[in-house]
This record gives sequence, C-alpha cells and structure tokens, in this order.
Amino acid sequence: MKYQAVIGLEVHVQLLTNSKIFCGCSTKFGAAPNSQTCPVCLGLPGALPVLNKQVVEYAIRAGLATNHSIAPRSVFARKNYFYPDLPKGYQISQYELPICINGHLDIEVEGEAKRIGITRIHMEEDAGKLVHADVPGVGDDSCVDLNRACTPLLEVVSEPDLRSADEAVAYLKKLHQIVVYLGICDGNMEEGSFRCDANVSVMPVGSDTFGTRAEIKNVNSFKFVKQAIEYEIERQIELIEDGGKVVQETRLFDPNSGTTRSMRGKEEAHDYRYFPDPDLVPLVISDDWVEDVRLSLPELPASRLARYQTELGLPFYDAEVLTATRELADYFEACLALYPQAKPVANWVMGEVTRGLNDSGLAITACPVTPELLAELLKLIDAGTISNKIAKTVFDEMWQSGKAPAVIVEEKGLVQVSDTGEIEKIIDEILATNQGQVDEFRGGKEKVFGFFVGQVMRASKGKANPAVVNDLLLKKLKG
Amino acid sequence: MKITRADVEHVAKLARLELTEEEAATFTGQMDAILAYVEKLNELDTAGIVPTAHAVPMENAFREDVATPSIGIDNALANAPSRVDGFFRVPKVIE
Repeated sequence: MKYQAVIGLEVHVQLLTNSKIFCGCSTKFGAAPNSQTCPVCLGLPGALPVLNKQVVEYAIRAGLATNHSIAPRSVFARKNYFYPDLPKGYQISQYELPICINGHLDIEVEGEAKRIGITRIHMEEDAGKLVHADVPGVGDDSCVDLNRACTPLLEVVSEPDLRSADEAVAYLKKLHQIVVYLGICDGNMEEGSFRCDANVSVMPVGSDTFGTRAEIKNVNSFKFVKQAIEYEIERQIELIEDGGKVVQETRLFDPNSGTTRSMRGKEEAHDYRYFPDPDLVPLVISDDWVEDVRLSLPELPASRLARYQTELGLPFYDAEVLTATRELADYFEACLALYPQAKPVANWVMGEVTRGLNDSGLAITACPVTPELLAELLKLIDAGTISNKIAKTVFDEMWQSGKAPAVIVEEKGLVQVSDTGEIEKIIDEILATNQGQVDEFRGGKEKVFGFFVGQVMRASKGKANPAVVNDLLLKKLKG
Repeated sequence: MKITRADVEHVAKLARLELTEEEAATFTGQMDAILAYVEKLNELDTAGIVPTAHAVPMENAFREDVATPSIGIDNALANAPSRVDGFFRVPKVIE
C-alpha cells in the first residue's frame, strides 16, 4: 500500500527581550546558573507576575507578519504539570484565547507553491533547564538552572497541512527567516532560541482520516527536522505493514543515530487542567495598537524578493540570495542608494563581499568594506579609473585597511592606463618579441589574440585599460 | 455529575498525592457533595454570556521591558533542600 504523511509543527520562538515575560530578571544567555532569578521566576509563594509589554508587541508583530488576526481580547492560563524544571507546578501560557489566530505562510517546494495554515500563536513562559552531567560531585542526581525559567516564548502552531519532510523544512525556514527579519528572535537554533516539535502521522494515500500521530521533540536544526520526520514516517509505515499500530506518544529524536525513540514515563495521558490565571488580568488590544505595529513592520523577505525582481530587474537567484537575511539585504540597499545599478552591486555583494565574510567568519554588519566604500569602488570602475580586475585588488586592500578606494589606488599606483601612446609602446614590444605568434595570427589562427592580450596586461601589471588594449592590438595585428 | 473513586485517584495522581483507602473514600463523597452544590449554577441560562476570566474588572497591567537586578545565587538557593555548584540538586530525572 502507498502511504501519505501528515505533519504539523509546533515552533517555540524565544523573544529578544531584555527582561523575562513576567519579571525583571535578565534574559541574557550563558550567565552563571540561577544568577538571573527572583521570587517570580523561582515560583516563591506570594510573588506576582506582571506582563512585559514588549512581549505583546512582538507577538502582534509575529502575528501580522504571518497573516493572523490579532485577538482584541486574550487571556493567560495555567498549564498544570509537575517537572523539576517548572518551579510553580504550572506554566503560564494561553489556551482558549490566544493572541493570534488563523494565519498562514506560503511556501515553495520544487517549484510548487503551497499555503500552510497556522492555527494560532500564543505567548508563554519557558521552563528552566535540567543539567544531567558535567557538574562535579553531583553523582547520579540532576541539576536545575532556573535562569531560563520565565523567558518569553511564542508558540506557533501550524495546521496539519504539511505532507513531507521537505515541506516541513521549507515552512520552518520561512518562519525562521520572518522572526529574525522582524528582530524579535535571534534565530539561534543551537542555543534553543528557535525550537521545533513535529507531529507526524501516516495514512493510506487517498484516505481523508489521519492516522495516530507521534510527537517528536528535540529537533534543533533544519537538518535534524528532515532526518527526524523522514525516519518517523518510515518507522510508522513499517510498523503498520507489519500489522502493528502506531501509538500516540512523545518521541525523542537522537541526533547521533538519526532515529526517534519513545520517551518512557510520559505515557500517562496529558491532563493539564488549564484554567485562567487569576494572577494576570485579561489582555485587551485596541485596533490602534495593531495599526501602530503594522506601520512599524520592516519590509518582509517575500515582498523584498518580489521587488528585487520586478523593480530592480534582478534574476530570481540573485534576489533570493540577497534577501536571505535582513542584514544582507540592508547592506545591498545601502550600497544601491549610493550607486544605483542593481546588477553590478548584486554581483559584488554576492561575490567579493560574501567571499570575504566567509573567509573571515565576520557577520555582514561587521563587514570592513562598508556600503559607502563599495559604492565608491564601483564609481571608480565606472569612471575608468581602475579595471574590474584591479578593483578586486583594491577591494582586498580595503578589507585589510578600511581605507577609501581612491586613496588605495593613489598609494599603490593602480590607476588604469588608458593613454594610447603608453599602451602602444608596450604592444609594439610584445609584437616584436613574438614574431612567431604574429605570423600565426595573420595566417588565420585568431585564437592567439588572447595570448597577446594576456602579455600586454602582464607587462602593464594589469593596469592597462582592457578595451583600449583590445582596440590597439586588433589594429596593429590586422593593419 | 457523579464523582467516582476513579476520578479521585486520577486527580490525586496528577497532584502527586498518595491517599489511603479511607481518604480516597472520604474525598470521593466530599468532592461529589461539593460538585452537587455547585451544580445549581447549571440551572441558569448562560447562553451568550462571556466566560469570566478574572474576578476584578481590570485589564492590561504591564511592565516595561527593563532588566532589573536579580536576587543573587545564594538567595535563590537559600531554601533548596540540596544544592551543588550553584544548581538546585534534584533526584535523577530520566528522559
């Protein structure tokens, strides 16, 4: 029998706030264990949570960017369960009345566009962190660090609209790109700022009844998401083919083996006994607030991608590379504002700039060749002061010294030679010492032309204007 | 709604409470009586009435996103039954 996979994703997006969602403790990553805690996030008796306004603002941003309706009224609820990383014995989340409802994202897989529904986005607090090893003297016990407890999260719940691991990855990448563009999440998957749980089931092709699903946790890279989902689909199909039944359970992805395994001790049906948190008043969001946020949204990647193609006339490939991150697109546009020719700027940003960043490991925001310097360089090429080839030398020099291109050209004597007299002199010498090749050319072997160009360029140390060289050479050889 | 012994055992398990035979029997009767009392509310017609999320008619209590000093590791761990190296120490948690 043929099977069809059905996948829904729950993504946890850690928000880039200064302080936690319900208290003033810092959210900075990597601090000493339990150094960023207070009575609220420790769950001490009598401590009361107060909502961080920035979290609401970010949630509205995320909701609008993913085509949601913003609920005029939403409510925080307690999700009750016991676990050592959850000091209060409940997590403050949203249940019946989340802040964003009915959104969607459009993805493209192998040239086919598809709309993926998003059921909801809600705000909640993160739990603490359990550390099992690497602590001297702890023996077989576990350690709890509550720095992460009460860190603000958005949970983005998709509809079960995804049908393959590739679609799931495309959706995730798109969502990741958007939250990073919005400046609400640093997107660091290794540090857990963007985490994904996948609900996976299979059904016979043509069926409209979903199979029993398994929830896979702990997939913290795009590669692992693909691996985990593909493995889980295979596992479920084999199980059914062998006459078995998929059980509804939580499974943990193991990156070392690329497999998923059942999480023991979690079989007990979840019964979270949600109820409205009496410590927090309802959240009311006015239309004006939503409009203010809408106006403050940056241009989103999908819109930029379209604009680069239609308005700037760039090929799809260029537009996609340049809009991959907001910072890269901002760099490109900053340079374009000073030197308004899209294709050359695109070529330089995708070529030399990207190569330099890769070699040095620097982020685009720390690029030593600023958009201003790059624009000046391109203007020097346009003015015929330097050739494209020399420009690459100047670029490397700018990268090292941060000096202006005109200064480098002056200091290193790199000005392009367009003076015909000077170039003619070089050509005459080359022709005189290579009589054999001259005869070949005149005998009809026009390929040797490239040899002469190369010789002249070398003799001029790359400074001869290639157009002038071509012109003069042709005249001399044919004449 | 009739509260059964199984309901009481389920709720006790979720709350990590261990009940004796006697307690379970007592609570079954008591919880059933409490719910029967509250049951009276079902006589009211509540169609079209928004569920109450909060008893105080208030909304939007915010704080600004400003980080404030924490209480320090020693204060945080002051009431911990067991600690090691700045961590709360708990019995092994198996995943």
